[in-house]
Amino acid sequence: MTAPLLDVAGLSVDFATYGRQARVLDGVSLQVRAGQHAALVGETGCGKSVTLRAIMGILKSPPARIAAGAIGFDGADLLTMPARQRDALKGTAMSMVFQDPMTALNPVFTIGDQLATIIKYADRRMGVRRDKQGRKRRVIEVLEQVRMPDPERIFGAYPIMLSGGMRQRILIAMALLNEPRLLIADEPGTALDVTTQAEILALLNDLVAARSLALLMITHNLGVVREMADYVYVMYAGTIVEHGPTEALFERPSHPYTQALIECVPKLSGTSTFKGIDGTIPDYVDPPVGCRFRPRCPHRHDACFERPPNVTVGANHGAACWLRQPAGEVA
Amino acid sequence: MTEAPLLEVSGLSKHFPIRGGIIQQRVGAVRAVNDVSFAIRKGEVFGLAGESGSGKSTIARMVVGLYRPTAGTVHFDGRDVSGLIGGRDYRKQVQMVFQNPGSSLNPRRTIAQSVAVPLIFHDYPKAKIADRVAELLEMVELPRSFAIRYPHELSGGQKQRVAIARALAVEPRLIVLDEPTSALDVSVQAKIIDLLAGLAGELGLTFLFISHDLSLMRNFCSRVGILYLGRLAETGPTVDVFGAPAHPYTQALIGAVPVVSAEEAALKPSIPALSGEIPSPSRIPKGCSFHTRCPFAFEPCRQTDPGFTVVGQGHEARCHLLEERTASAATVPVSPVERSAQL
Repeated sequence: MTAPLLDVAGLSVDFATYGRQARVLDGVSLQVRAGQHAALVGETGCGKSVTLRAIMGILKSPPARIAAGAIGFDGADLLTMPARQRDALKGTAMSMVFQDPMTALNPVFTIGDQLATIIKYADRRMGVRRDKQGRKRRVIEVLEQVRMPDPERIFGAYPIMLSGGMRQRILIAMALLNEPRLLIADEPGTALDVTTQAEILALLNDLVAARSLALLMITHNLGVVREMADYVYVMYAGTIVEHGPTEALFERPSHPYTQALIECVPKLSGTSTFKGIDGTIPDYVDPPVGCRFRPRCPHRHDACFERPPNVTVGANHGAACWLRQPAGEVA
Repeated sequence: MTEAPLLEVSGLSKHFPIRGGIIQQRVGAVRAVNDVSFAIRKGEVFGLAGESGSGKSTIARMVVGLYRPTAGTVHFDGRDVSGLIGGRDYRKQVQMVFQNPGSSLNPRRTIAQSVAVPLIFHDYPKAKIADRVAELLEMVELPRSFAIRYPHELSGGQKQRVAIARALAVEPRLIVLDEPTSALDVSVQAKIIDLLAGLAGELGLTFLFISHDLSLMRNFCSRVGILYLGRLAETGPTVDVFGAPAHPYTQALIGAVPVVSAEEAALKPSIPALSGEIPSPSRIPKGCSFHTRCPFAFEPCRQTDPGFTVVGQGHEARCHLLEERTASAATVPVSPVERSAQL
């Protein structure tokens, strides 16, 4: 097996708010290999976006502070490398597809302007010389790759002239401009209607597969995860509670949170129960001791006051839960 | 079936004028809703599904009387209420829960003040308001202490519960739910749906449920209508519409839903994914409005708008392929896929 392109190990992030310290990420580890489609899934406020921002190096600091851990990219640690070297990777070797196609584009510049500017600054960082015509050629080329009809016309168009689905394609094009090796997609297609979403996801899948890029997508939609990803990390309150190959994880969810979350998704078969999950996500300033899901977990017991071990429950499939600890080893 | 419906919408249309030029002449119209008819019986949950721009919210607004229909009528309990903009009596019977609980509650009012607004408007005895608010909060499973809090202190799910409490305040008979859970996480959504289902049984409520989430609709609604460009493409009992979708659009819509298990994936109709996007309601295609995206479109679809064809008990769809089938009186049912292969 090849070494992972992205290797986040034991990442902890603290936020200082009103003199209080909140541990928003607590020992997050995840890996993405070239050609792999990994998904990080979790509900609002679980730390998905913070993880993504930490990886991209766009976490606002202060208030955020990386307290522990390493973010390996292609063998080098992003957190310890010189700032100049890291900046050169942003938007080039690693790039991001933003979530909201309505706000991620500047309304007063044409699509062509915005895309060409990205190339211009990336070229400057990378020390590449390319003239205006060269930049335009590249933009048109990428617009064609995202199957944009009439790219010449789109080049001169303003964002308001495009539909939601087209804007989402522009955002994908934007991320692909500088031939990245790692693509991070923040809630791809969630702002769109299902039929358009299906089209955008298929496009993203094709583009990523054709380039054998490493894809890390962040979403709260389990259905999208099942259709797009081959490996899944489930996040709850700043911790990875379960990770495994998509099929195994959906067939045999092992962490009570994953089980409850899958249970909550309305089923097309009409067999949903709507039990939900009791309680709310904990306060990060004073999180529950031990397992962070403990107060909401239907299976909680005394052992849960200790931090749960990462138990292997299948091939490449692990869950951070005391319940999965084989009998006899329970402390 | 013999019981008269609580809400009956017939031939409802709403066209918004587009004005232009120096004297603001009418230069066109956004035809948001076109000739929509449906009826909801007491105690029923009727779902309206469709993509953005399909006219879902416009219909909701006409039902509660926020918009005056361009054509057609809304009958509530046998009474014509379509012209009654601001009719107090009707407002008391019909309430609405909006999509975004963050913006539908006034940030400068406490929860108690927000919930009391409809009570004050409908002249509820002043002395009893505080008790009624406490009672309503209890109904939506919120602690009484929330009465003195402000919206920013509440989570999204809690805010939506407040919005539901406010809608229940005047004891309405029909509640219009406009995407009540689309801004919420699934674990919270499940709780809210569970609450709504419980309240419906307890208080004998009737719901008009508007959503783009088909899986949710499958589980919550007894009957559904699928909207496309302001027209009903298909309507019928939920079990039938999802079990045997007749209209190609319904099939494509259900086929595009991302699901979480192999069993559900097996339930999805296999139909080629739709290309393109929903056309603008100001330029609705001639003939069947869906023909520009329909994988089975043939000549009549570009010429004439199909009428409804009955495909089952209370289950109708608007598609030329279905007309062909009934006209030729085929003894063997032909699916649209096979039908188009024959053509």
